[in-house]
Amino acid sequence: MTAEPTPTVAADGSGDVLRVEHISKRFGAVRALNDVNLHLVQGEVLGLLGDNGAGKSTLIKIMCGFQIPTAGRIVLEGQEITLKSVDHARSLGIDTVFQDLALINELTVYHNMFLNRERTRFSLLNNRSMRRTAKEQLERIGVDLPSVDAEVAKLSGGQRQAIAVARAVTSNAKVLLLDEPLAAMGAKEGAMILELVKDLKRQGQVSIIMIMHNYGQALEVCDRINLLQHGEITFDKLAKDTSVQELNDIVIEEYRRALAEREKSA
Amino acid sequence: MSEITERSPQAVSPPGGPPAKRVPGPLRSALNLLARQREATVFVVAVVLLLYFGIKYNSTFVSQTNLANLLSETGSPIMIIAIGEVFLLICGEIDLSVGFVYTFAPFLMHYLIDFYHVPVVPAIIISLLFGLLVGAANGFLTVTMGLPSFITTLGTGFILLGLTLTTSHAYPATISASAVGIGRWIGAAPWSQFIWAVALTAIFYVVLTRTKWGLYTIATGGNQLGARESGIKTGRIKYGNFMLCATLGALVGLQNAFYTNTIDPSAGGFQPMFYAVTAAVIGGTAMLGGQGTILGAFLGSIVLATLLNGLNVAGISANPLDIILGAAILLAMIVNVRLARLRAAGRN
Repeated sequence: MTAEPTPTVAADGSGDVLRVEHISKRFGAVRALNDVNLHLVQGEVLGLLGDNGAGKSTLIKIMCGFQIPTAGRIVLEGQEITLKSVDHARSLGIDTVFQDLALINELTVYHNMFLNRERTRFSLLNNRSMRRTAKEQLERIGVDLPSVDAEVAKLSGGQRQAIAVARAVTSNAKVLLLDEPLAAMGAKEGAMILELVKDLKRQGQVSIIMIMHNYGQALEVCDRINLLQHGEITFDKLAKDTSVQELNDIVIEEYRRALAEREKSA
Repeated sequence: MSEITERSPQAVSPPGGPPAKRVPGPLRSALNLLARQREATVFVVAVVLLLYFGIKYNSTFVSQTNLANLLSETGSPIMIIAIGEVFLLICGEIDLSVGFVYTFAPFLMHYLIDFYHVPVVPAIIISLLFGLLVGAANGFLTVTMGLPSFITTLGTGFILLGLTLTTSHAYPATISASAVGIGRWIGAAPWSQFIWAVALTAIFYVVLTRTKWGLYTIATGGNQLGARESGIKTGRIKYGNFMLCATLGALVGLQNAFYTNTIDPSAGGFQPMFYAVTAAVIGGTAMLGGQGTILGAFLGSIVLATLLNGLNVAGISANPLDIILGAAILLAMIVNVRLARLRAAGRN
């Protein structure tokens, strides 16, 4: 496990699978993102941290094609792309697991895994083929489920998250965006998801950006940490070069500064 | 209850084991089937009702004329409209206007043939396409303008009613002689409506359970945001289902006109729509979206038609009939809900 490859940050960005350059986003008068630059190295797991309202979800929504940035550009594998929709981003290889997971409770596990890329024969659903593949894929990435025929409504939070991640991974995504995969998850289930992410990292097929809140968990699973504060990236370090203490200090310092500013203006 | 709650593993175990592991008898297999299949509960209700009326009033009830009346004349309009309502209910919408498409479509055919000298077949096709148009309007108001479909379709329904009454001066019309021949295929022949109903039920059963359209309809009603995030065009799904429902309404309107050989401004309206929604819900379709079954709606239609027809055969006069019908619907639904609860218990 110690032999895990540490992605190296090339100065010219040639090792980057995804680059986000000078991205800004306004909602009317509100500036959600302000000249954000972010890069994702091939095969790495990037932790995106920051307080509520810092703009993390907005940034994810822009990278996945759900929202269009006010300014800036996105470069995927050296090519500038303009994302028109989530579907479009997905077809280019950027897949997203949203906080709400986008799972359909009323459908089976395998229908969910193949949602919007169903296999058909003579325009009828090829359930047998989807079922078999879903089972194989879940086994391969080590997700344990009672049955792929189960309705998703009957599964636990961790299992649901795992299905959503598995769905994204098995769509041959190059870049996987995980929006707070550990939110509202018990210790055991959170550990299961972290293991899943580590497994994916080991397999090295996909590069991952994860929004997280828990610094300890972030340092455990991520190669690199970016900190987003009031719409700007203020911190970019390899996980091994930083600590929970340092991250805490930065955020608390920022909080004190904001507080002091508010008192001054009051 | 315990018969159902302890399921499969015991049921398939060999005989001679401990007393808890019983041999699967026919009753037990039946209960197991009941436990698995959503449509099984309404099937039981339908069979019980048919047996009741069949045994009690056998010669009159089981006669071919009466069965044709029950299944074709009374049941089929409910079955066909229910197909459209099931798709709409599953994707989280409802169509209250469908009965007024039913009312107007045959008038449109009549105007086209008799006033504009359009040949019969194109006139029928245009009347069906008119259903598509109304469905598209319902879709536009609901999906694009963001009105709740309950209000949208109430509004378009009244507009259609007004349109019918204004253009017809509230007088019935007769089917023009040139249309009588093809009319037999559409609905005038004794069993033709039922054949249409069975064929459409079979087709849309497959559409709902085995095609992307069906899957996306469920996804749209089950989790609209999630479906959209997965790239499903939920608006398009809703448009399509509104158009399906209204077109089926137009078809039923034409069928009824041909069957009765008259185009009546008081035909259709809210009643067939409410019967269809009732049949869908009795059959196991959720009013809140995400779940529903075409087969269940078909069986639910049979339940309703059996009640309507059976109470008639039983000689209950017109005025108190609705009291008994209402009570019977509630009773059928209570039985259904209880059985569904047993089914849920059986599954866990």
